[in-house]
Amino acid sequence: MNKKHEKVIAPDVGWRNVTRAGIIPTAGNAEYYETGGWRTKKPVWIEDKCIHCLLCWRFCPDSSVIAEDGKFGRFDYEHCKGCGICVNVCPSDAIDFIDEGETSEGRNDGE
Amino acid sequence: MATLKEQSKKEQILTGGHRLCAGCGHGIAVRMVLNAAEDPLVIGCATGCLEVATTIYPYTAWRSSFIHNAFENAAATISGVEAAYKSLKKQGKIKDDFKFIAFGGDGGTYDIGLQSLSGAMERGHNIVYVCLDNGAYMNTGIQRSSATPRGADTTTSPVGKVIPGKQQFRKDLTAIMAEHNIPYAAQASPNNWRDLYNKAKKAFEVEGPAFINVMAPCPRGWRYNTPDIADILKLAYETRYWPLYEVENGEWKLNYKPKKYVPVEEWLKLQGRFRHLFRDENRYIIDEIQAEVDRRWEVLLERCGEK
Repeated sequence: MNKKHEKVIAPDVGWRNVTRAGIIPTAGNAEYYETGGWRTKKPVWIEDKCIHCLLCWRFCPDSSVIAEDGKFGRFDYEHCKGCGICVNVCPSDAIDFIDEGETSEGRNDGE
Repeated sequence: MATLKEQSKKEQILTGGHRLCAGCGHGIAVRMVLNAAEDPLVIGCATGCLEVATTIYPYTAWRSSFIHNAFENAAATISGVEAAYKSLKKQGKIKDDFKFIAFGGDGGTYDIGLQSLSGAMERGHNIVYVCLDNGAYMNTGIQRSSATPRGADTTTSPVGKVIPGKQQFRKDLTAIMAEHNIPYAAQASPNNWRDLYNKAKKAFEVEGPAFINVMAPCPRGWRYNTPDIADILKLAYETRYWPLYEVENGEWKLNYKPKKYVPVEEWLKLQGRFRHLFRDENRYIIDEIQAEVDRRWEVLLERCGEK
């Protein structure tokens, strides 16, 4: 397998070059697969209200709340599927849940 | 007990980009359990939603070694890996310490994988087995399993003129595993994340097999409002339908005792799979479920020395 396909075995890799027994050599390479396009609604962080309890981080099924240094850091919109669980577990109403494409104040674009 | 702040500083083993449904309980439960591990892991999976969604070729959502074999033998597979590790370690070919964990859904654990799980527990491998109980074969289209609650509407126990949903009560797998006299068996709900974290930590620490049964709601199969998962998980133990308890070396311990009596219908009514039970002609099923929940709760209290 050549360098280009080190992280992900691309669809154009022929059968001669795929790994033996279909082994995936890069642990955790699903992070190169975006699931953000599934979203119809998106969570938006309201910094002023956030008490950094990290319950949103704990309950996110998609590892899409990124904690930085023990605090809320940002949403990972590349992978967030917009399930809204973080919105409901937030004890201080610090997460807005808006339609995809809509904008709101305090919006955090992530990347 | 690690605070969320401390937990969040550890590397997250499950990455984003897996293909579990939005709001799936599996992702939550798995992340909580894996956070409690101190050593590098080898993770096994029975066939099921988790395995299918996290390892779609050529991607893997696991930042660790991962092995999948078949539906019925996750416990046998992971115990084989553990036995090989022990041998290689003895020969000096592996230096580092590893822990071994297998995840299975209720189909792969209660039903299809029960014999291999029972065998692995009896042989005393140093493994952790986590059952993610979403109460049906969700991956293949919501067919009933032996974990499906009485009265639930599934595609193989469909509500109609002939039957009003599943006719049997669910199997009590946690108790069955505890009766294997393994060092550690527990039942948990991710809503009580402290409790689940502590249980996962104990499971990793004990020498020998450990089993944890974790409730993992399925928005598709249970038909509830996806963001409300925490309420569903909480009512499950508040109504005593899913008691939180652990069995350490044969000693039963109740981890949470609801302060007031909450009828099980509070939990049922949030879920579309039980909607038909609220029609007049089916109310008797709710009474039957309540009677069974109460009966099992009394048995549990007795086992835990609470009465």
